[in-house]
Amino acid sequence: MKIFKLFFIIFFIFSSNQLKADNEDLKSRITKNLRCLICQGQSVYDSESEFANSLKTIVDKKLDEGLSEKQIYNFFEDKYGEWILYDPLFNKNTYFLWLLPLLIFLSGGAIIFKKFIKKN
Amino acid sequence: MKTKFLPFLLILILIIIFIIFYRGLKNNNIYTPETNIINEAPSFSAELLYSNKIVNSSEIFNSNKFYLLNIWSSWCVPCRKEHPILMDLGKNKKIIVVGINYKDTKKNAIEFLDKFGNPYEKIFFDKEGIQSIEWGAYGVPESFVIYKNKILKKYIGPINQQSIKEIESLIK
Repeated sequence: MKIFKLFFIIFFIFSSNQLKADNEDLKSRITKNLRCLICQGQSVYDSESEFANSLKTIVDKKLDEGLSEKQIYNFFEDKYGEWILYDPLFNKNTYFLWLLPLLIFLSGGAIIFKKFIKKN
Repeated sequence: MKTKFLPFLLILILIIIFIIFYRGLKNNNIYTPETNIINEAPSFSAELLYSNKIVNSSEIFNSNKFYLLNIWSSWCVPCRKEHPILMDLGKNKKIIVVGINYKDTKKNAIEFLDKFGNPYEKIFFDKEGIQSIEWGAYGVPESFVIYKNKILKKYIGPINQQSIKEIESLIK
């Protein structure tokens, strides 16, 4: 029985470690996608400024509260505008931006396909 | 017919892309934060600097008065520069000055106020800088003019005589 208990404790420690690591990964992913607004060309992840450090604390807190990545982005977008996100969101201002490469790819494919069909 | 249509379409697409990018070149790409936004003032709970009581901000800003919320810190040099202006504004009966003490220690903050005077009616103590982020602040100093829980105006950096004139015309 003791061995079982021990196993259980070890398992619990390892699994909570895993959980913590997942949160760390998510945190660094989110902070890498947030622009440090008062620095030049740095993400919040890279910066050690007061502003960036506050943002990191907030990301930590929001993750602990159980907010999703998207909800956290929405929170910051609400406060600072879309500029704070490195990855532009998919909305009516950015349809063109997101769809253009796909459009070019598809039209290129269509041209190749047409030529190929013709040759055969 | 079909073979002629395709190059024409390609050229048309290229022209459209060119026009869009050309227009994009003319856009001003220097980032300037928006300062004239009318936004709901965020509500937060924070400890007060002197009394250690935890107070919700909406209890304060919901009333029918003008407020100037000033984010400051004892380690911030531009805050020292704007402090006399805030002291003058504190004497104005039409507006109430409220402070958020940003990433500071209580000891230094109180020393600062003892030395330069205290224009604030209430001071929130924001040790981790979290409440300031709720307000969309970039750093210290920063000031917000609030009326009926709405942010009327935002000043990034120290306020000067020019901003005081603007505030006075707002609260007339």
